[in-house]
Amino acid sequence: MSDTSTAVLAPGPEITDLNRPYWDALKDGRHTYQCCNACGHRWLPARSECPGCLRDDWSWQTASGRAQLISWVVYRIAYHASFAQRLPYTVAVVELEEGPRMFSNIVGADAASLQIGMALRMVIEDEGGTAVARFTPG
Amino acid sequence: MAHPLSGKVVIAGIGHTAFGKHPGRGTVSLNVEAIRKALADAGVDKRDVDGLMVKAPTSKFEMMYAQKLAEALGMQPRIGGVYDHGGAANISMISYATMAIEAGQCEIAVVSLADNPATGTRQAYEKSYGDDGSGLYGWFGTPAGYAMIAQRHMAQYGTTSDQLGAIAVACRRHGAANPHAQLRKPLTLEQYRESRLIVEPLRRDDCCLVSDGAAAVVLMSARKAAELKVAKPVPVLGFGQGQTSWDVALRPDLTTTAARVSAQTAFAMAGLQPADIDVAQIYDCFTIAVLMTLEDYGFCAKGEGGRFVQDGRIELGGQLPINTSGGLLSETGMPGLQLVMEGVRQMRGDSVNQVRGARTCAISNQGGIMHTHATLILGH
Repeated sequence: MSDTSTAVLAPGPEITDLNRPYWDALKDGRHTYQCCNACGHRWLPARSECPGCLRDDWSWQTASGRAQLISWVVYRIAYHASFAQRLPYTVAVVELEEGPRMFSNIVGADAASLQIGMALRMVIEDEGGTAVARFTPG
Repeated sequence: MAHPLSGKVVIAGIGHTAFGKHPGRGTVSLNVEAIRKALADAGVDKRDVDGLMVKAPTSKFEMMYAQKLAEALGMQPRIGGVYDHGGAANISMISYATMAIEAGQCEIAVVSLADNPATGTRQAYEKSYGDDGSGLYGWFGTPAGYAMIAQRHMAQYGTTSDQLGAIAVACRRHGAANPHAQLRKPLTLEQYRESRLIVEPLRRDDCCLVSDGAAAVVLMSARKAAELKVAKPVPVLGFGQGQTSWDVALRPDLTTTAARVSAQTAFAMAGLQPADIDVAQIYDCFTIAVLMTLEDYGFCAKGEGGRFVQDGRIELGGQLPINTSGGLLSETGMPGLQLVMEGVRQMRGDSVNQVRGARTCAISNQGGIMHTHATLILGH
């Protein structure tokens, strides 16, 4: 990884009371998602109302870590200095086994080996001091 | 059978600034120039304009922007405002202006757009779209969202890079013949293949220009156009909208969009089918958007877009010529109103790349990363 004393940090999320549990759980080694207590709908990213039934009665659940690959891209140019030293890098859309979708990176695999629908498992990595969920084939 | 509104309103005039770079000029100034020219083209006195609808500029947010523009124009319109649908706003606004005219809310409406991402700020096009921490994964830039969609389309349907290239080749061929186009160099497929990968699978030549500029159109009822003896009125035959709305990661289907319902609505209103369209202007921010829009409009089946755009089918002389003045890939990167203007020229018989005998034109405008979509059908 790059020397953190000179590295430019990737822009992080604004941490709010709403999304803090998600980012804290990753520090504890858990990936989580929101689940509506009323209708059972499951989603990411954090929202204050269920996008299914619109109620505000939900809880954070721990994800299994299993997911599938929906699509991916490979960056060949850097839009932000934080990733300039890491080209080329892969960003993917993944679908958790439980349903929620999210952007993430695919690590530990050559982009040429990726196929839509392939099974992925979550790994937690450090991104400039923030624990993030990334995915690797398997 | 066409909706009663079909053909009742016309585009009476079009106008635009030069395309490319306007350093030191703000969007209000650019809008004023385009509107002045459109009014002159229509032969309309500014004092008779009572509707003003403006696309929200991306370079800088300003409250009540349409009212600021009205002040600069010395107008006090009855109706209007700013619409924020990204590049779909132009046709959405044309549809609202049409309905407003028919409902007696105004008589002569101006729809305009101005932006200056080339010399102003490109921040809207380069930032991470998500406040959700997607920057932590390096998710930046508008091309990436389209690349994500293109990858899925290639994996699901076998669409190839060369098929995307055929779209770029067509638009660049048409732009090369257009004296007003910013980019007037034809592109061969060989050159396309050597074009630098930006966010794979998209290459530099899959991506539109980033341009300053403004454009405007003037709308009125067909009856009023006859009364004013407008020289070349072009009837609005149909329109529609559709909004995929959700972030690329969250939408259930990445390869079909709300362009489908937008086109169905427009065709139904016009009483026409895709086979009735002689020429089309298809929003080409990125080549994959064109391919998917042609499918979603019903010009070919879903998944067949790659084959459809090959063998010159979408070039002049082909079955469905598209983007006859060059589109966003070649004429200018403005978000969409240039496509409406070229549609008007085709229906007037005035285009530099005129499709002989063309009587109907379909135009697509879209915004975000295929978040919003609007369809316009013009013709006689």
